[in-house]
Formats: sequence, structure tokens, C-alpha cells
Amino acid sequence: MTALLEVDSISVSFDGFKAINNLSFNIGPAELRAVIGPNGAGKTTFMDIVTGKTRPDSGDVKWGTPPKSLLRMNEAQIAREGVGRKFQRPTVFEDQTVSENLTMALKAGRNPFSVLGWRPSRASAARVADLASEVGLAAQITRKAGELSHGQKQWLEIGMLLAQEPRLLLVDEPAAGMTLAEREQTTALLVRLAETRAVVVVEHDMDFVRRLNCKVTVLHQGSVLAEGSLDHVTRNPDVIEVYLGR
Amino acid sequence: MTEKMTRQSFLLRNPSILVVLALLAVFTVAVTLLSQAYGSGAIPTSMVKVLGKTLCLALAAVAMDLVWGYLGILSLGQMAFFALGGYLIGQWLMYARTEGIVAASLAQNPIPPTPAELQEGVANQIFGVVGSSDLPLAWSFAHSLPLQLLLVLAVPGLLALVFGWLAFRSRVNGVYLSILTQAMTLALALWLFQNDSGFRGNNGLSGLQNIPGLDAVDQATLSVWFLWASAAALALAYVLAAWLVSGKFGSVVRAIRDDETRVRFLGYPVEGFKLVVFTLAAMITAIAGALYYPQAGIINPAELMPIASIYLAVWVAIGGRGRLYGAIIGAVVVSLLSSWFTGGRAPAIHLPGYVVNWVDWWQVALGLGFVLVTLFAPKGIAGLFDRLGGILPPQRHGRDLGPDGGALQEQEAKA
Repeated sequence: MTALLEVDSISVSFDGFKAINNLSFNIGPAELRAVIGPNGAGKTTFMDIVTGKTRPDSGDVKWGTPPKSLLRMNEAQIAREGVGRKFQRPTVFEDQTVSENLTMALKAGRNPFSVLGWRPSRASAARVADLASEVGLAAQITRKAGELSHGQKQWLEIGMLLAQEPRLLLVDEPAAGMTLAEREQTTALLVRLAETRAVVVVEHDMDFVRRLNCKVTVLHQGSVLAEGSLDHVTRNPDVIEVYLGR
Repeated sequence: MTEKMTRQSFLLRNPSILVVLALLAVFTVAVTLLSQAYGSGAIPTSMVKVLGKTLCLALAAVAMDLVWGYLGILSLGQMAFFALGGYLIGQWLMYARTEGIVAASLAQNPIPPTPAELQEGVANQIFGVVGSSDLPLAWSFAHSLPLQLLLVLAVPGLLALVFGWLAFRSRVNGVYLSILTQAMTLALALWLFQNDSGFRGNNGLSGLQNIPGLDAVDQATLSVWFLWASAAALALAYVLAAWLVSGKFGSVVRAIRDDETRVRFLGYPVEGFKLVVFTLAAMITAIAGALYYPQAGIINPAELMPIASIYLAVWVAIGGRGRLYGAIIGAVVVSLLSSWFTGGRAPAIHLPGYVVNWVDWWQVALGLGFVLVTLFAPKGIAGLFDRLGGILPPQRHGRDLGPDGGALQEQEAKA
């Protein structure tokens, strides 16, 4: 299987602190992967590198077939390549309505002039309505995003990600601040999405990871400590030591 | 059919357009009917000029609102574009008029003057004051109105494009960007102050109220014509700006203001959007300047000092940024109040032992007003319309953050 994303022995250090140390990581075009690790393991830095927010000191990040390097692109170009990112804290545009938020995320021309020429069509309106009902916000479509509850904002952000139609989805702690029912809903959604695209979930919560029922990559001190099924990695003595302490 | 629908909905979604255009039309007709040239003469020509200039300032404020209120860049160099527009139109006004005078005086000579002699005479007249008699390179197109009009748009637009490209590309933001814009206008002002920069140093350009070729038209009539032109420019710019900030483009621009990083992750080239808005606003501001200075009659480099741009920001803040009519209200109210208070007509307040003279105290009052608006009415004067219309932000301290029963309380969400 050819990989969609191939992270090849990247390293990055901040003021001498090695946040990522010779890390390699592959994911296929339709795969669900959980990335776990204690605080400071480099999970967020890893996402920052893939999305272009941080440049690694060495190594390469290759994307698609034929593989091209993501390191020469900026955040917006990487996003246009099809990498979507969901932040831990829901970041939606609070001053704008649910429908405006979704419309902005819809896959369409992104340069200023094509945006100026863009007009809502019946198809785009239907797509926005579909997305809103998919994330349970059909009744809130004309409300400002700032008026939504924390959980609803999470859902709106997920809806915006879906609208982008990314080929790779990076999801940072989706379960944070969600109720039990919402977690189950999120799990189901992530599993379903991974049928057609690559999904990387960064998570602290072991129960949530267990429910995802997928391959797990354990990060520790900026490199991969173990990889495999959840049962496999939790039996790994190194992982036990890192998670349970000495 | 669909086009008609979108046009209808554009106006329906922006009712302020019709209101602003209607008020502007009523204002223009009223001033015309009360002017000395076309009506009863109740409004003196000097007042017509003040009103016309005020419309130009409102136009600059609309552009400032695009940049600050919608895009979130507090540009403290907007008036550089305004003054550039004035200088560029002033070049033609001064050159063409001087040319006429020089040609008339040389016509008495037995041999008609050559074009070179004519140009030398013009250069002597214009630049004698700074001890020069050569026409600087920057005046190469000053003989042609169409070319100078083109430059009115091109020079400020290009300056904004290059400056913006450099600043936005290196992701300078917030207060650092404000300082940078301020440095730009200051540098330009200091350069223009030099005698050898080719713009008559601190003398600036003068006599701009005399329009070449319109010697037969008196100032009373000209002042009304400029009022019409200013009103038309404001109306056009208002519709353009409203169209720009409605729809998806406006949505992206406001999103950049609120969370630039997030917009990047949606795939939008943030720098490109900033450049489009910044450059367009610079060009609108330059048009405002090109209409303002023929009414003012004189322009000098002091007009580019950062304080002028800071005033512009204060007007927009007092009027209500983030809504276009707020910018107009702010510019009109504050600049008219300002000319009333500083014009010596405002009655002084006699306190025991001290006389509050408004010419001296107006700036203190304005500063105080700015602080009060920032603290108590962050939406500015335009925010009062929301209050009248009953559109109030929900008073929601300690309540549910969301509409459903299980939503988090504000305290929970903060924890």
C-alpha cells in the first residue's frame, strides 16, 4: 500500500529542547490512526509540522502519489492540498453564523478574486444544509457561532472540516469537553470518515482510543515508542513505564 | 431572474445602502438649493467647501473602516494615500494653471515661445520658491490631466501593494503593523519636506482651488460642483464597499480579522486577501484626497504626519467600526464639530478664575470623548442604532452558553 502521508525522520528543537526527535510516520489513503502519548511527547508539534505551522530542522514530509514535499508549502497551500486540522479548542468564527462558517469552509476557489466572484447556488445551499444536519446543527443554521454551546462549536468545527473535503484529517483531542453521548457520536463519525480518507486522532483518553478500534502510535519524547493495536502497545513494557511511571 | 434575485437580496441584506444614498441625495440637493451659486445663498461658499471636504473625509473613513473595522489592520498611515492623491492632482492643477499664466506673459514677446521656453518659465514659477528652476522628473506627466488622474490611482495603489506585500508576507501583525504604517507616512512626510524632493518642500502645492480652463467659473459654483463630485464618489465607494464586505469575500475578511491562523488552515491565502483590501482602500483614500485638496486649496507635507491618520482612526472608532455607515457618521460628526470648535465660533466657558477656550480645549474634549466611547460604547455612535432597533447583544452572564438544556454554563466553560 502506498502511503498518503510519509513523515521521514523529522527532528525539530526549540531553544535546544528536542520536541521531535527523528520521528517517522506513515498513513495510507483510507486509514484511521490514533496517536497517544504523555504531555510533551510532541503530538501537537507533529501536527504543526504536517500542517506547515512549524518547519522541521531535518527530515522530510512527503504527500500523495507521486510524492511531493509539504515542507516547501505554507499552511494555506497544505490545506488546499487536502490536509484538514481540527484544533483542541473549538475555533469557529464566533461573529458569523453557522451557515457563513460552513460556506467559508466549502470546497471552492480560495484566491481573493474567485472568492469575490463566488455566488451562493442552490447546490451550495443544499450542501451547507446537509452538513449542518449531519453535525446536528440544522436548527442553528442562522445563529451566530458565538452563541453555540461548547459541544456545538466542536460539532460546527467538524462540519467545517467535512466541508473542506480533506484527504487527511488531523484531529486534536476531539473528545475534550464532550458528553458521553457526544463521544460515541464522534467515534462513529471518525470511523465512518476513515473509510474514505486518512484520519489521525491525537488523544489522551484511553477509553476513547479503545472505542476507535484502530492502529495506535505511541509517542514519547519526540519519537515513536511503539506502534500496533491498542492491546499490543499497552503490553509493551516501555509504554507501561512511560504511562504508569517507574 | 436569478441575477435580479441576488440584487434584490443584496439590497435587502444591506438596508443601510438605501438609507445612506437617500440621505446623501437629500443633503446634496439641500446644500445646492441653499448655496450662493444655485440657490438662496443661505450657506456661504466657504461652508459649502467645508461640507464638500467633510464628504471626502467620510470617504477616507469608509476606506479606513474596510482596513480596520473589517480586515482588522489598524493602519495609522491611511492619510499618506489621501495626501498622495492630493499631491498628484495638485501637480496638474498647479502646472496647467502656471502654464496658462506663463504663456500669457510670453505672448507679448515678438517671437512666440518654444515649448522648451514655456516649460522653463513654468518650472521657474513653480520652483523658484525652493531655489530651483528645473522641472523635477516627478513632474514629467504634470502637463496631462488624464495621466495625472491615472497616477492618482496608480501611485498610492502601488505603494500600498509593495508596502503591504512586504509587511503581510513577513506576518507583521497588530501593534507592530500599526507602528510600521505610521513609519511609512512619517518617512514620506519627511521626504516631502525636503526642498530637493521636487514637491516644493514645506511650501507644498498651493492655489489648487483655481481649476485650469475654468477661469470663467466662480468659486461659488466650483464649490458646489466639487460637493457633487464628492457626494457621488462617496455614494459609489459606499456601494462598492458594502458589496465587498457582504457575501463570502466579506465573510473571509472578517474571519481574518478574528482568527487569521484558522483562516490559513481553511486554505485561504490570507496575505492575498489583505493585499486586495489594503490596496483598494488606499486607492479609495487617494480619490478622496484628490477631491479634497482642490477644495482646500493648499497641500503641504504636514498633511502626511501620523497625527492625521490617528484622527481618522479616532473618527472611525467614535462612529462605530465594523459598519460602513458608522465610519461616515464618525467622520462627519467629529470633523464638523472639530471645525466648529476650532473655528472660534464656539462660546467660551467662563469659569471662576479660568476661561475654557475651545480652540485650546477641543483636543482635550475629543481625547476624552474617544476614551469614553472606547470604554462605554465600544460599538460607537452607530451602536446606538442597534439599541433603537432593539438588536441588543444578549445579557448572558452566568447563563447557558447554548440553546439546549445540557449546554455548559459560562462558569463551567471557563474552567
